[in-house]
Amino acid sequence: MTLVASALAVLLLSGFASLALGRKSFAAVVAVGGAVAAAALGIIPATMCLAGAAPVSIAVPWSVPGGAFHIGLDPLSSIFAVVILAVSALSAMYGAGYLQGHSSAASTGPHWFFYNALTASMLVVVTAQNAVLFLVAWECMALSSFFLVTFHNEHADVRKAGWIYLVASHMATAFLIFLFAVLGSRAGSFEFADWTSTPPAAGALFLVALIGFGAKAGIVPLHVWLPQAHPAAPSHVSAVMSGVMIKTGIYGLLRVTGFLGAPEAWWGYVLVAVGISSGILGVLFALAQHDIKRLLAYHSVENIGIIILGMGLGLVGISKGNSVLAVLGFSGAILHVVNHAIFKSLLFMGAGSVVRATGIRDIDSLGGLLKSLPWTAAMFFIGAAAISALPPLNGFVSEFLIFIGALSGFSLAHASVSLASCAAVASLALIGGLAAACFAKAFGMTFLGEPRSPLAHDPREAGPAMLAPMAVLSLACAAIGLLPAQAMALVSRAAAHLALASPVDAADALKWASFPLSAVSAVAFALFALVALLAAVRLVILSKRPVDHGLTWDCGYAKPTARMQYTSSSFAQPLTSLFRPLLQTHTKGGEPTGVFPGHTTFSTDTPDVFENSMFKPVFLAVAKVAALVRSFQHGRIHVYILYIVLALLVLLFWKLG
Amino acid sequence: MAAIILLIFAPLLAGVINRAKAFFAGRTGQPLLQVYFDIAKLLRKGVVYSRTTTWVFRAGPIVSLAAVLCAACMIPLGGVRALMSFPGDFILVAYLLGLARFMTVLAALDTGSAFEGMGASREVQFAALTEPALLLALISIGSATGDWSLHEMFAVVNAHAWAAHGAVLAMATVALLAVLLVENSRVPFDDPNTHLELTMIHEVMVLDHSGPDLAFIEFGASVKFAMFAALLSGLIVPVRTGLAWVDASAALAGLFAVAVVAGVIESCMARLRILRVPQMLVAASVLAGVAILVALAQGVAP
Repeated sequence: MTLVASALAVLLLSGFASLALGRKSFAAVVAVGGAVAAAALGIIPATMCLAGAAPVSIAVPWSVPGGAFHIGLDPLSSIFAVVILAVSALSAMYGAGYLQGHSSAASTGPHWFFYNALTASMLVVVTAQNAVLFLVAWECMALSSFFLVTFHNEHADVRKAGWIYLVASHMATAFLIFLFAVLGSRAGSFEFADWTSTPPAAGALFLVALIGFGAKAGIVPLHVWLPQAHPAAPSHVSAVMSGVMIKTGIYGLLRVTGFLGAPEAWWGYVLVAVGISSGILGVLFALAQHDIKRLLAYHSVENIGIIILGMGLGLVGISKGNSVLAVLGFSGAILHVVNHAIFKSLLFMGAGSVVRATGIRDIDSLGGLLKSLPWTAAMFFIGAAAISALPPLNGFVSEFLIFIGALSGFSLAHASVSLASCAAVASLALIGGLAAACFAKAFGMTFLGEPRSPLAHDPREAGPAMLAPMAVLSLACAAIGLLPAQAMALVSRAAAHLALASPVDAADALKWASFPLSAVSAVAFALFALVALLAAVRLVILSKRPVDHGLTWDCGYAKPTARMQYTSSSFAQPLTSLFRPLLQTHTKGGEPTGVFPGHTTFSTDTPDVFENSMFKPVFLAVAKVAALVRSFQHGRIHVYILYIVLALLVLLFWKLG
Repeated sequence: MAAIILLIFAPLLAGVINRAKAFFAGRTGQPLLQVYFDIAKLLRKGVVYSRTTTWVFRAGPIVSLAAVLCAACMIPLGGVRALMSFPGDFILVAYLLGLARFMTVLAALDTGSAFEGMGASREVQFAALTEPALLLALISIGSATGDWSLHEMFAVVNAHAWAAHGAVLAMATVALLAVLLVENSRVPFDDPNTHLELTMIHEVMVLDHSGPDLAFIEFGASVKFAMFAALLSGLIVPVRTGLAWVDASAALAGLFAVAVVAGVIESCMARLRILRVPQMLVAASVLAGVAILVALAQGVAP
């Protein structure tokens, strides 16, 4: 545990050091060094805990009422801690390269301070054993990420995104303060260890937790801040926020569900429903986007949906006494947390390299970048295949666990469980198909074909500081895909604990999964071997045959141009028009007029339906009410003093009378 | 074992379809072994690559074929064992086919051709809707038979199972037939013989491939058809005697019967408007969903 504490100390010290260094280029080196050192320190005890060491904790008294600096590592905390530290360190390395030669005059010292503060606060969030400490860390996390999002605050849209994020974050925190206040006042203590008895109205508290933590995680319809904040932030920050920060919401929900006593079946069904709607709507909105980072942000909503779906099946499993469903549902959810952290940060880094090389985020204007950014393209390809849940990569493994968990739900006589499982399977299949479509679009339109618009300058491949972290993440994608049983072993203790399964039941559930997982691994290796074999066959055949190069065959048309290629909007059009009622895509122009139609333009735009039709009216109403109060506040100091005097007089009379 | 039979006979099934269509059109038709000849010829040819393309275009046919071959290892042929089987193997099959499709689509986009982009766009749309139909259809069979590996699921589909779960199996058969037709780009969803690139889906995506690459694609396509035909044959030919050669020859007959059915449908039906295809696919999913409900209702009832 001292190692975790020293990791925190290293993060904070290096953060302050880079703040002090300010504009000097050395600031980044110090901060990145700190992040890497902290990761090295913190991952050791966390891995030991995952490997089977007993949970450890450290408590330091704190003068805050009800609070104590009490942090500890159990299997659940350890998984999140490993992911947070590893992804933050890799993203920091990437960020150092990304911000190099950064043109804005702003000093990067404060940026790196907030970066390390974000890592430290996330680490405290997932290890806190005290509610007050948890909330303080939660708030530090929100604030430091706000300052990271608004790094390019010279742009108005970045300021707007930051503002939406800040408001969303704090509204969610209000729910959490309420939740922890109720739990704490009832138990008479803010130590998590004392929250053992089932509180009254546990179902209502569960919903409060779902809203509070769900907003951070990005479930539909509370996701509206995500597609705003992620594109606005610098890419390494997007990688951390999308890869790990939103997962603290998942951690919180998992942790708090444990304080609410035995879960009821409807909690599980609610989570399954929320997971399905987040998953499907997230991927549909992603399909309709043409800003690459906004597209990736919506995919976070989708993947959070898959995680919530797994958790929901887990809760259903607990309440119906089906330990296989419970353990596999939670295992799938936790492993998907890990997997999503890996491939989503990889994809944001890839997108960042594209943006840095071209200055363009609009996929419709890109194309053919594979030739100038070969390494970025190859690694973005791996990330794209992994997030589409394609074997032999990691995304498939976690979804497969949820799938076979759902199948185990079928063998029960409970029709409602079977229906939930059935809905889970069908929607996972639909989500998988749509995600593959979306990433065929994202990768294909960005990296393949010919450039769709002239670029200001030739794109240059990212440097080793940016490529190395991406390579590590790509290898992790392949490693988990090839060795799913080992990955399962890492998460199974936490999952068995969450599933309230006895050791015998847990072993039973693992036995259910172990054979399919080893078979998946065998097929993954066989696939690699077959690919190598076929590639060798092709090479041998072609070595004796003529290989010519020519133009793309455009059905006899001799002068194809880059403008004739499909764009991302046209590629996604069949699907977006199929789901038009949900997406409400606006189209502008494009209608040819007259006998000899001349020049015309066409554009589509898919704003967030929930933002426009759900939150906008509410906030406009709030603003209207607030405007009524505004006449009290006009900046004249003597009137303010009058208010104070009047208030004092009222208090005086109230006390005396 | 089933995989070996499938790989050997796969190109023959295309010949059977063509013969069935020729019969309806009053033609003699191609030789039954035409696809074998085509593949052998393509393997002897050189290739032409577009200057736009990259390694993705060259990897496409290789990875697609490898993924389809891996998937074929998990397909049983009636009572004939699959090479490997484990609970949930059909999910891996569905996702391996997804990998094959992903690579084909990317290879198509790599050419920068408007036509191939169009085919790719349609392919991903239909695939997204087909995947739930496929999984639901297989789950309905699984919930009727109580097993979750393809081999065990199909090993017990005998006359007795049809008597007990006739409705479920019939609905699953229809849903699977729809999946077979759309996944293998047959009429009424796609027309492999159309002469107009604008109307093609699968064929237009592979316009730029040539030589051994095209041979891989052709072989992969016929294996994919054979896989789905094997699943259907396992349903419609409920012969499970336990005698290997009886089961195998019955299932093989079923395989050819499915090919004939595909040929007959292709001869008797017009192609659907592309806008109608999603409705048909959703209908197949709904049908499979109803099959699951029926299976559950039967399972719950004493």
